[in-house]
Amino acid sequence: MDLHGFGHLLLAGTWITLKLAFTSLFFGLLLGLIGAAAKLSPVRALRWIATTYTTLIRGVPELLLVLIIYFGTTELLLRLFDQYIEISAFAAGVTALSIAFGAYATEVFRSALQEIPKGQRESAMAMGMNRWQTFTRILMPQLWRIAIPGLGNLFLVLLKDTALVSVIGLDDLMRQAYVAAGFTKLPFTFYLAAAFIYLLLTIIFMQVIRLLEMRANRPWQGAR
Amino acid sequence: MSELIIQFSQWLLTLTQGAEPWDSYARYLPRLMDGVWVTLQLVIVSGIAGFIMAIPLALMRIAKSPWLWVLPYCYIFFFRGTPLLVQIFLVYYGLSQFESLRNLGWIWTDVLSQPYWCAIIAFSLNTSAYIAELFRGAIQAVPKGEVEAAQSLGMSRRKQYQHIILPRAFGIILPAYGNEVILMLKGSALASTITLLDLMGATRGAIARTYMSLEFFLLAGALYLMLTAILIGFFRLLENWYNAHQHATRMPVNKLDAQLRDKHIEDNAR
Repeated sequence: MDLHGFGHLLLAGTWITLKLAFTSLFFGLLLGLIGAAAKLSPVRALRWIATTYTTLIRGVPELLLVLIIYFGTTELLLRLFDQYIEISAFAAGVTALSIAFGAYATEVFRSALQEIPKGQRESAMAMGMNRWQTFTRILMPQLWRIAIPGLGNLFLVLLKDTALVSVIGLDDLMRQAYVAAGFTKLPFTFYLAAAFIYLLLTIIFMQVIRLLEMRANRPWQGAR
Repeated sequence: MSELIIQFSQWLLTLTQGAEPWDSYARYLPRLMDGVWVTLQLVIVSGIAGFIMAIPLALMRIAKSPWLWVLPYCYIFFFRGTPLLVQIFLVYYGLSQFESLRNLGWIWTDVLSQPYWCAIIAFSLNTSAYIAELFRGAIQAVPKGEVEAAQSLGMSRRKQYQHIILPRAFGIILPAYGNEVILMLKGSALASTITLLDLMGATRGAIARTYMSLEFFLLAGALYLMLTAILIGFFRLLENWYNAHQHATRMPVNKLDAQLRDKHIEDNAR
């Protein structure tokens, strides 16, 4: 495939796509953990907030979320503080994608937490651990093992959703392909090249997820 | 329905007499409703087309001969592994790169260069890959005993698929198919990037004229939520109807066939 010297632009875009995906993954995981904790908390108001969050976000297009945060936040700030503050496309993209990822991750973490036998938590309490110690030493390591397949799928979805941020002008892979296609008048070539780079990333991360899964399942493999 | 909304917004217009922001809401509400209609068309047409394409894809995918399964495997992998946005751009902007396609006459001018049909083509291709993957799992999950029973009745392979395996597989994928249609609804917002005036496109058009981004985005969000809720309700009804046999144990005992009654009580006692 002849890329007419635009290959390095596509690579630069790929780098931004990866940065966007991993930053959103980090904040999305945090949101997901908080959401799952809220969903399982004894406080009714917290449960209600978490349920509203997941229901609303999962019923609305990700593109709308990206646009609301990029254009809406600016207007909100203008109305609240009466001054024009422009937020960067990267920040808006990370916010929107983390919020979307967090809503789905909440469900994954919630079902994983419910799958851990109650006795584990009770024995931790009997050992005199406080809630934080129980969470970090007993629940977290097991949670991770159960949640990896679900989270892996969500990450692959997130990777593809990063393309949406090109709509608000972030120079990611998709946007660079758009620019190159405009210059060379070869749209099919460049979008196909972008598609193959996304495919390559998907293949790589599928393998990484498989390795992580195997690593997390080590204690269960020894019995063979 | 749309008549009602037009009347409502006209009434709102006379009521507010140009007072903002109500005036803008009333002016652009009918356009948003037109957008809702376009969005629904996209989802329904590509949902049906994708479903029809998915069945042969899935049947080829589960074949034992590599000559048969390699092609659908690559197809499914490509469409599941790349962003929908790339696929839409490939169809809408990409196809114009080929001289031979542009010389096809009405196929080019009325179909392949129209954003509406390009969106439908891209969505159908995309969703058929996902549904084929669902079907593949479901066909393999049809209980073995049912297939064996069909074989012992002397059904041909074709009849087994037609009467036993495919209807059963459809029942198995129904919940997941509902989720896929909702993902398609959310994905259909991407049609606005190729200038189509679906709900998202109409919203962006209204914002470009009024600068009221927050209100119209929230309104569009509410309309999308409503569409999602309607789709969820529709698929729940469809599932209750199609998979009625799975809910039969909830029937009152005295309505059951006498021979089944004891078994039923047994099941409930467990």
